[in-house]
Amino acid sequence: MAGLPYGPVVLDHYLHPRNVGSLDPADARVGSAVVGSPMLGEVLKLQIFLHGETIVQARFRAFGGGSAIAAGSWVTERLQGHSLGEALDIRSQDIMNALELPPVKMHSALLAEDAIRAAVADYTQKHLQ
Amino acid sequence: MSLRPSVYLDYSATTPVDERVVQAMLPWLGQRFGNAASTSHAWGWDASEAVEQARTQVADLIHADPREIVWTSGATESDNLAIKGVAQFHGGRGRHIVTARTEHKAVLDTCHALEQRGFEVTYLDVDAGGLVAPDALAAALRPDTILASIMLVNNEIGVIQDVAALAAVCHRQGVLFHTDAAQATGKIPVDVRALDVDLMSLSAHKTYGPKGIGALYVRRKPRIRLEAQMHGGGHERGLRSGTLPTHQIVGMGASYALAGELMETEVPAIRALRDRLWEGLRELPDVFLNGDPHRRVAHNLNVSVAHVEGEALLMSVPELALSSGSACTSASLEPSHVLRALGRSDLLAHSSLRMTIGRYTSAADVDLALRVLRAQIQRLRELSPLWEMREQGTLGAWMETC
Repeated sequence: MAGLPYGPVVLDHYLHPRNVGSLDPADARVGSAVVGSPMLGEVLKLQIFLHGETIVQARFRAFGGGSAIAAGSWVTERLQGHSLGEALDIRSQDIMNALELPPVKMHSALLAEDAIRAAVADYTQKHLQ
Repeated sequence: MSLRPSVYLDYSATTPVDERVVQAMLPWLGQRFGNAASTSHAWGWDASEAVEQARTQVADLIHADPREIVWTSGATESDNLAIKGVAQFHGGRGRHIVTARTEHKAVLDTCHALEQRGFEVTYLDVDAGGLVAPDALAAALRPDTILASIMLVNNEIGVIQDVAALAAVCHRQGVLFHTDAAQATGKIPVDVRALDVDLMSLSAHKTYGPKGIGALYVRRKPRIRLEAQMHGGGHERGLRSGTLPTHQIVGMGASYALAGELMETEVPAIRALRDRLWEGLRELPDVFLNGDPHRRVAHNLNVSVAHVEGEALLMSVPELALSSGSACTSASLEPSHVLRALGRSDLLAHSSLRMTIGRYTSAADVDLALRVLRAQIQRLRELSPLWEMREQGTLGAWMETC
């Protein structure tokens, strides 16, 4: 598999994905997102669970290549212990750097950033009412 | 990931060179080094005899006359010579060419290049099984059509086109017919007279011969005229200049002779292994066969494993050498043009795997492949949001929204 453009960080997350699973989307403490599309070959589901102001848990599932799975896994680790504001500070470039993704895999980093924003928006929406 | 694959399931990409072929080639890299074009001494005569014997061996496998075989560097060059050669020679008569959307890039890109030079190309749709309907070809022909090019066996899905019927449609309209048969030799009987084709591209390395050598069959009766693409010493009756690589040519001849001898016994054995692989995979839910199940070569299995992406599945099975229909190094995540042409949804096109087996595949190889594929499909489905939705019965509704 020398032809695949992945370094050790992606392979580690791909082979041993962290925080795979689902949280109850109806729970008020949970923010949920499903982004991407099967047509594009990438779908990422991300859920965050807050205790007060802090994200204490994150769970993901991914349909996509190695970079999509690794990005989802990395993001769940990165989010835990942070506030919503801090979550929104995570950008696709941070994901590219952390996973050492090549430019052709930018779509996976962008998708993970979208998932964070959508999960935060879902949580925020629940608490506006 | 430096783990070396232990099971090779990519025979449609290339085959190992048969040991008997290697042995046949070696003398021509040693003492018998002459140039077949040297007519003034014994080294040249020796090489020339070897080249002509190989020409006969290649011709025999496809029931051609040896004088109808032109050596090239491989099927890509043969496709270029056939299509550009016809376009340039007959361009004064018409500038329209017909091919299919599922052709190999060697044909599609050659056609694209001709479009840049003022030719018009019709890319035919195929049916859900990947086959071109003769009626669809007939409907696409115009008074200015000069050539149709439809491959005999598809490299991705292994379906066998009804080339005899397609060629007949063309000949009724005075249109020349080319077929790329690189994936067919040694896999199915090939008879240029029965198929009634004018031009046929051949390759050695898909048939247990060496890479870098191929041939173009050019019909003599009636004689098919082509414009040469390579100019030089006038080799190959002026159609393809360049010193003939004797060792490669001898290798191609030997591999084709072997294919002719072995086909009857090896193809049924390969078919039984391929069917065993398919039986083991189809037990899983949502696994779909791509390409017509019946009009298909014995060694090809192309499946879509729904809810799992092809690249992720490939990465998960480093023990296996196989290929995916989704282009994993591409930024656009574009799925296989062949599967798209079958009308497969993008979801299934992104989830495809091609497994092609051959002369050295064992039952133990197939069983190992099944074991790791089944385990990894299950692991990746546990990771997949699409599989979760499928289990919850919400996938269909969600797909509507995106």
